[in-house]
Amino acid sequence: MKFGVVISEGPYTHQAADTAYHFVRAALAKGHEVPRVFFYHDGVNVSTRLSVPPQDERHIQKNWTALAKEHGIDLVVCIAAAQRRGLLDENEAGRQGKDADNIAEGFRISGLGQLIEMGIQTDRLVTFGD
Amino acid sequence: MSEIKKFLYVNRKAPYGTIYALESLEVVLIGAAFDQDVSLAFLDDGVFQLTRGQDTGALGVKNFSPTFRALGDYDVTKLFVERESLDERGLSEADLQEIMYEDEDDGWAEKPSIRIVSRAEMADLMADQDVVLSF
Repeated sequence: MKFGVVISEGPYTHQAADTAYHFVRAALAKGHEVPRVFFYHDGVNVSTRLSVPPQDERHIQKNWTALAKEHGIDLVVCIAAAQRRGLLDENEAGRQGKDADNIAEGFRISGLGQLIEMGIQTDRLVTFGD
Repeated sequence: MSEIKKFLYVNRKAPYGTIYALESLEVVLIGAAFDQDVSLAFLDDGVFQLTRGQDTGALGVKNFSPTFRALGDYDVTKLFVERESLDERGLSEADLQEIMYEDEDDGWAEKPSIRIVSRAEMADLMADQDVVLSF
């Protein structure tokens, strides 16, 4: 089965990004497909590469980057939600006249159309959040 | 795109205080371009999103409630509101905005987009969907 995943709460504050990570790993291990994960609301904060959690804690962003690389998952961050919360890729930083960008490897910023498209193209859409 | 799916956007939170309601509406507006079968559900505190006479001046945040009245222009014409959620909050249909759409299959007649349904009918509506996005 083909799953689409939405993460709609922020990392560390909320379990959503962790539970989604375990769900995706388990689904892939069972032979299912997860072509895309969409980050919305505070979920976009997972994508910052500037996160530095204590060394004995899980690193949520690095976990996602590694999983996406291994399985070719498209990690999409909503541009409107990201811009509100100060998450910019190199291109957007340049366009907005900002002096830095902070999107981690494996994530890409795109529009809400990617969320709708995921709903259309997958068999099940699963949301992790409140 | 050949396949048409039934999309339901479930709105459960008050319009202000958190960003969920606003960012839900943003998905609905973008999603309208995909020509899917779209419905919106309003339940729990989500029913406050449709109340008339909202004034956010003192809050310093944007009042986005007029946008609901534009949904008809995006072919989003099915807004289901749960009666029990209204009752539990001392609200009635008269407290909600009038939201109309023009029915192109009926000589562009103006019709109300809001439909008040029972909790049981809401459950049936949800069970009938292909994609449910909850906010």
